[in-house]
Amino acid sequence: MKPIIKIENVSKQYRLGTIGTGTLSHDLNRWWSKMRGKGDPILKIGEINDRANKGNSEYVWALRNINFEVMPGEVVGIIGKNGAGKSTLLKILSKVTGPTTGSIQYDGRIGSLLEVGTGFHPELTGRENIFLNGAILGMSKSEIRSKLDEIVDFSGCERYIDTPVKRYSSGMKVRLGFAVAAHLEPEILVVDEVLAVGDAEFQKKAIGKMQDVSRNDGRTVLFVSHSMGAIQSLCSRSVILDAGGVKFDGDVKEGIEIYLNDGNKGLNGSDLSTYTDRKGHLKGKLIDLSVGYEYQNKVVLDSKKIPIGSNLIIRSKIDNISAEVRKFDFSIIITDRYGVRVTCVSNEFTKKELILEKGVNEFEYKVFNLSLLPDIYYFRIWMKDQYGVMDVIDDVMEIEVVESNILGSTALPNSKLHGYVLFQQEQNKIS
Amino acid sequence: MEYANVIKPKDKVFDLRLKEIWSYRDLLVLFVRRDFVSVYKQTILGPAWFFIQPLFTTFIYTFIFGNIADLPADGIPHSLFYLAGITAWNYFATSLTTISDTFVSNSSLFGKVYFPRAVTPLSIVFSNLIQFGLQLLLFLLIYVYYVIIGVPVSISPTLALFPLLVIMMALLSLGLGMTISSMTTKYRDLKFLIKFGIQLAMYGSSVIYPLSEIPEQYKIWVMINPMVGIIETFKYMFFSVGTFSWGLLFYSLVFSVLIFVIGLAIFNKTEKNFMDTV
Repeated sequence: MKPIIKIENVSKQYRLGTIGTGTLSHDLNRWWSKMRGKGDPILKIGEINDRANKGNSEYVWALRNINFEVMPGEVVGIIGKNGAGKSTLLKILSKVTGPTTGSIQYDGRIGSLLEVGTGFHPELTGRENIFLNGAILGMSKSEIRSKLDEIVDFSGCERYIDTPVKRYSSGMKVRLGFAVAAHLEPEILVVDEVLAVGDAEFQKKAIGKMQDVSRNDGRTVLFVSHSMGAIQSLCSRSVILDAGGVKFDGDVKEGIEIYLNDGNKGLNGSDLSTYTDRKGHLKGKLIDLSVGYEYQNKVVLDSKKIPIGSNLIIRSKIDNISAEVRKFDFSIIITDRYGVRVTCVSNEFTKKELILEKGVNEFEYKVFNLSLLPDIYYFRIWMKDQYGVMDVIDDVMEIEVVESNILGSTALPNSKLHGYVLFQQEQNKIS
Repeated sequence: MEYANVIKPKDKVFDLRLKEIWSYRDLLVLFVRRDFVSVYKQTILGPAWFFIQPLFTTFIYTFIFGNIADLPADGIPHSLFYLAGITAWNYFATSLTTISDTFVSNSSLFGKVYFPRAVTPLSIVFSNLIQFGLQLLLFLLIYVYYVIIGVPVSISPTLALFPLLVIMMALLSLGLGMTISSMTTKYRDLKFLIKFGIQLAMYGSSVIYPLSEIPEQYKIWVMINPMVGIIETFKYMFFSVGTFSWGLLFYSLVFSVLIFVIGLAIFNKTEKNFMDTV
């Protein structure tokens, strides 16, 4: 089958620093060199883009020799650390900026959701902005008119549709913007982090729409996100960018694992036996960690998506390196995505004695009625024995608490607005 | 394998991409509408501001150049003479100023989504047409007033050239504006030049004096300015006095078309990578 997108040797060079009198001599130099047919001198220099290290060159390669192909109907997740070149790649794909060398060939239209609500004018009404925004994204007037009702409906802003957009809340603007963009029907859709904004209900809608687009309509999607959950649930393939190059290209699960193992964010328990970024005397080591849950008498092991209100099950394998039988303490500190400590699970609270024996020991910990609001959380494990701190690993696992009908309704609070925990509750009129 | 679209570092040197721009005509209409609706929102006088500016300028010019300096005006009442010049000049000058800032002032929009950037300057020329129409109406009202009180002005058959004049002014402002806009993405120096340059250019464009009053040996230098032919013709249409020359008009036309084609080509070439330097 013929790929729908073919990216060949794409590189992008940026110049660092400010533009002023000094750059004029560079420009003249380049121009003179090109005139003499010697080629552009600065294309020969330049360094790999690494934010953290101070380099010598003023020119950096944000992308260097990117090559990959995308088949029609594929949903490709593009992952990478900040500054790896993801956004640059999307910018080139959406023609906001051109590549320095190389070429991209594709069939059909590329529609981008780089930032939703692009070109909204605050003085115009929601309806007028739908037309304006749609036209900016490349839709014709008649195309927008035929989808107007659908767009308004999807945005959930019906009441405000004839009010100037400057009176909208930021959430409403995002909804309206996404609604327009979602009804754009390009053969290739490029999406960048839109799911990071908006409330939970809307995020669900947005993800649903993207699944719709890719599964039912068979359209090709390139999706950039930091949310591994979203990548895993949406994409069939992943491309990892690292320092401007393609580091991995293949199965989405494998890709996510590689990505998470590489950085320090959410190791997800995989291959802990060879993991070295630990603190402690390491007379005993955590070599495996898995989570699951028990919900309405059903046990699911090995799932990182935990429904709110279920009993969380954590299983660990600890290798007793020193082979000495002894007591030890095991704590799991649960943090949010910003590293704020939310709560702690520990046998120090329950005064339960845990004994390490020779070889590999397996333990199971249970948290009843997990009352954390839906969001991503990270585990930090912390072990101690009579010799002191034994083994500490940061962000050893990423879990996602998801919605359930714990309160008898699915209208659950949004963790961004409503904090971290949810209690069983009721409201009554008493007089 | 053949593909329908290719993204490359460089396109053809000379590519006007008119077909692509045409396919975005709906966007052009919406931009014009947006500009018109939003300009005077939350003002008390609203579109009346379109009239206030030329009226006051005419008043000041009449006072300074007419009464104090006593510059000749081809025998036309000074205020009418200046208003005619200002109306035409304003259309050209406001279009040029706005267009020459296209890349810089739209960088946040251009940085997010692609559409042929030339749609933006084109929309400016059309939005300003509305302002021009209103100011023309003002001019006609005052013109009619002078006719009623018996001032001998008469319309010339060259009035048929009016649409051509508008097109020429549009092309001229587009060509110059797009060139300047492309040149200011990296180095902003030109932006400062354009600010007072436009003001100075007005004095070189026979707005406040008739071309006929220029001494013969300097005339050719004034006539190099393509706006002179346009403004002189504009005045001749309504007053039947002054200078009208097919040669001068033709020169302005050729100049406008050329500068437009060049400007568009430079603009199209710049839009590809301007985000990196703007």
